[in-house]
Amino acid sequence: MTYLTGKNLFAAYGAVPILRGCSVGVNRGELAVIVGPNGAGKSSVMKALLGLLPSKGEVLLNGKDISALSTQQRISLGLAFVPQNNNVFPTMSVVENLEIGAFLRHDDYQTTLDEVYTLFPILFEKRRQLAGQLSGGQRQQVAFGRAMMTQPTVLLLDEPTAGVSPIVIDEIFANILALKEANKAVLMVEQNAQQALSIADKGFVLVAGKNAHTGTGKALLSDDKVRRDFLGG
Amino acid sequence: MPSFDNILNAFILLSNFVLLPALTYGAQLALGALAVTLVYSILRFANFSQANNMAFGTAMAILLTGFFQSQGWTISGFPTALLVIPLAIVITIICLLLTDRWVYRYYRINNAKSITVVMVSIGVMFIMGGLVQLIMGPEQQIFADGARFIWTAREFKTFSGLSEGLALKTSQLTTILLALLAVGLVFYFLQKTKVGKAMRAFSDNEDLALLSGINPDKVVFTTWLLVATLTTIAGVLFGLDKGFSPLQYHLLLLPVFAAVIVGGIGSPLGAIVGAFVISFSEMLLTYAYKKFFIYLLPTSLEPDSLLQLIGTEYKYAVSFVILIIVLLIKPTGIFKGKVL
Amino acid sequence: MNNLAHIWQSHRQAISILVMVFLLAFVGINQSWVLALSIFNLCLISAIMALGVNIQWGYAGLFNIGIMGFAALGGLSVVLISAPAVPVAVSAGGMNMLFALFLLLLSIVLSVYLSKHKYNKGWVVLSLVAGYFAMRYFYIDAAQAIEAVNPSKTGYLGGLGLPVPLAWLAGGLLAAGAAWLIGKITLGLRSDYLAIASFGIAEIVLYIIKNEDWIARGVKNVTGLPRPVPLEIDLQQSPWFEEMVLWFNQSSLSLLTEAEKTKALSILLSEYSVVFVKLCYSSLFLAILVALIIMANLAFDSPWGRKVRAIRDNEIAASAMGKNVKRQHLQIFVIGSAIVGIAGALLVTYTGQFTPNSYQSLRFTFLIWVMVIVGGSGNNFGSVIGAFFIWFFWVESTPMGLWLAETVQNFAGTDNGVSAFLQDRAHFFRYIFMGLIMLLVLRFAPGGILPEKDKKL
Ligand SMILES: Nc1ncnc2c1ncn2[C@@H]1O[C@H](COP(=O)(O)OP(=O)(O)OP(=O)(O)O)[C@@H](O)[C@H]1O
Ligand SMILES: [Mg+2]
Repeated sequence: MTYLTGKNLFAAYGAVPILRGCSVGVNRGELAVIVGPNGAGKSSVMKALLGLLPSKGEVLLNGKDISALSTQQRISLGLAFVPQNNNVFPTMSVVENLEIGAFLRHDDYQTTLDEVYTLFPILFEKRRQLAGQLSGGQRQQVAFGRAMMTQPTVLLLDEPTAGVSPIVIDEIFANILALKEANKAVLMVEQNAQQALSIADKGFVLVAGKNAHTGTGKALLSDDKVRRDFLGG
Repeated sequence: MPSFDNILNAFILLSNFVLLPALTYGAQLALGALAVTLVYSILRFANFSQANNMAFGTAMAILLTGFFQSQGWTISGFPTALLVIPLAIVITIICLLLTDRWVYRYYRINNAKSITVVMVSIGVMFIMGGLVQLIMGPEQQIFADGARFIWTAREFKTFSGLSEGLALKTSQLTTILLALLAVGLVFYFLQKTKVGKAMRAFSDNEDLALLSGINPDKVVFTTWLLVATLTTIAGVLFGLDKGFSPLQYHLLLLPVFAAVIVGGIGSPLGAIVGAFVISFSEMLLTYAYKKFFIYLLPTSLEPDSLLQLIGTEYKYAVSFVILIIVLLIKPTGIFKGKVL
Repeated sequence: MNNLAHIWQSHRQAISILVMVFLLAFVGINQSWVLALSIFNLCLISAIMALGVNIQWGYAGLFNIGIMGFAALGGLSVVLISAPAVPVAVSAGGMNMLFALFLLLLSIVLSVYLSKHKYNKGWVVLSLVAGYFAMRYFYIDAAQAIEAVNPSKTGYLGGLGLPVPLAWLAGGLLAAGAAWLIGKITLGLRSDYLAIASFGIAEIVLYIIKNEDWIARGVKNVTGLPRPVPLEIDLQQSPWFEEMVLWFNQSSLSLLTEAEKTKALSILLSEYSVVFVKLCYSSLFLAILVALIIMANLAFDSPWGRKVRAIRDNEIAASAMGKNVKRQHLQIFVIGSAIVGIAGALLVTYTGQFTPNSYQSLRFTFLIWVMVIVGGSGNNFGSVIGAFFIWFFWVESTPMGLWLAETVQNFAGTDNGVSAFLQDRAHFFRYIFMGLIMLLVLRFAPGGILPEKDKKL
């Protein structure tokens, strides 16, 4: 039993089934990666875990079933999500975006804000600018920063490095590892499967809404079938 | 070359009959348009019952005014309607919250298509219209009491020595002051407070707002609170200025929506600018400029016709024409609203 | 219970018709047959209007809340086409007015041409403004001259004096023209824009009709419009009609003395003539309604209709397949509005008068929408059924309301203000009642009485 668990998830858009009984999970202090072809349902799994996509199956947090809770209630239990698309508030400034991340917090969030700025100095520079006017990579950083502002125990990241320059990718990965060291659970979807699996504790290969392979990152990387089918040789 | 006095007279004339009334009317429209914009950007439908909601709020204020007057709870020289506005707002808030609970919520939860919700809002519009006519009857009612003028045209003339007077009605002054206050507070609320920011976030990106822990029910609740407040104030100010009749309010739907679309649907600032575009065009186009030009032109060139571009009876047509022009030239409106 | 529900499910159409016939017969027997027939006739006209709206909403999801305006345009065309001309007025200002309208048209055509050929927007505006002022120059004098001709009787140009059926056609065309104009501008933009624009055009059409007395006497109304059926007076005096009445009442009349007989006959004659005229209208309207429904259904099953359905069911996919959604929607909007226009013309023909003040959006637009929703949006026959039921309850709700008020009065003692207030305002309850029906149907039975088959809502 992992800290956050999705078991036997089923979901559909209209009549089209998207998830057909897939299971994922991640422990605190662990990094788990979901990989798979486009349209496999990777983003949908995350939405199901967060209650953004109505689904059947179990969602457990620390052993408790949270599948009946609303998105907002799950967030208040320590989940945070960086979506793949539309991940900022475009007509609000960068600093407002980050502040919204701290919406549920009643303590002083200035230290977290400073941490985000140290991590992404460009955000400090552009803090008064509207998030909608930023480049794709910068938006990704805003989105990541907003998620950090919630001080989550579980972080779900949907392709956090898409459109980000290689230098910033390394920074983001470094930060993800730091979060993991800080005893948070991190579940991440990555296009860059090779690199992701190499730092992951656990990996899920998703095909057509089902787990095709599950195992430790190392095991998956060294599995010939996985290499052939999903990692390009 | 007309004398300085004549230029001044012409300007005062225009101010008295066009600029000041347009400013007043624009402020009333702006409040209504702002309410439409809030519903549109947060609840995501075009609320066709806005104008009739304004009529409802005003009807409540009129009933309360009557009650206060009968109890002698008035302040001499001060419009009683303004005293009772807070109470009228509370009633309107309750009414709109109930409408949301019984009608709109179902469609929101089920992610209905926006056109379905628009249809529903038309059902609400007619119920509201019927309700208001049932309570108030169809006739025109004047409910402004207290001093009619801050200063009259005559007082202005004796004071300034000019032959034209600029009267300032109580309703005009209260409209402008109250509208400034209301709009200022709404903008402050949206820009600076936590709940206001949450509303903007919700309007920008609903899913992400949920992911930040924003409670959608609270956002919806606050939205109706603001909307009902703006709606009631807009309605009461319009009624103080022009009298109350259900049909006239029903017809306000056109200029209010025109303002919203001209300004850019979904943009609060756009709604306000759009409202003044509509009100000033309406007044400027339907005013008869004869006297104005008599002041400015030499006697030999004196105009013999009224010099009116459009008959006053077509003032609603002006908003329609402007709406059409904007849709033809720039469907996103002045402040780039959402087109699709 | 289950059985009943099952019977209802499988025979919705037949049961609805039966209930309707029963209701009308009930009114005929308990109130009067003349009343039953007038309800029936207005039901038919409403049904035609609802059909037009249903085509727009059900076939294309187009949201028309300017029904009142299209109906008024239809009504106006009855005046313009079939009313007798007023020669004095025509010679007083007809030419000038025609010229003024020509100038306006010219400037519009010119500006459209200019903007199509990418001329500077300034020129387009200039051409429109110049055209408007030129029009006004001729228009003001012409309008005054026309309105000055015997204002208490005419004061307008009159019509062309052509046969009434032509007026119905013209009504359709006029409404279609207005629909084309706003459809052309707003279709392809947000769907609420069409709604607000149709609301606007309806109000403006009525402002024009009410204020421009030279067109149709404004709020002074045009009465005594020609009718396509015989006059009651003529019937009463024609021998064949008398014979028919005698034949129908052989047994009862034979019991009377000669003197009583003539008296009774004259009463019977006037009753029968009214019923006869109403029956003539009924058959006329019924024929038109049936023809329109058949045409609409044929069109829906044709290749054209297949395309319509394809677009309705998935607009994005259809437009990706190269089907021109906007053009299609424009066609449907124009056709639907034309049908509303025809119905508006029939209404004015039926009442024999054109009274601009009777056009109220609560009465027209809203009621028709309730009919469409209740009947079953998307189903042509459904909207006919909806029209019958809603109109029936609309008409009968006044007696019901009064009855309620009287009950309150009896219950509360003689006079206590409340019942007087209720009697005075009873008819406003109808709006609330109708609005509630609409909301309840939308929420709990979105398909209406006769839901359309295989449509996702
Ligand atoms: N809102 C939606 N409505 C209908 N279908 C959707 C919707 N969102 C996603 N889908 C479909 O669901 C399937 C899975 O989508 P999902 O976004 O989960 O895939 P993914 O694995 O994240 O793909 P990618 O690698 O491209 O991000 C896809 O076939 C997609 O077309
Ligand atoms: Mg994805």
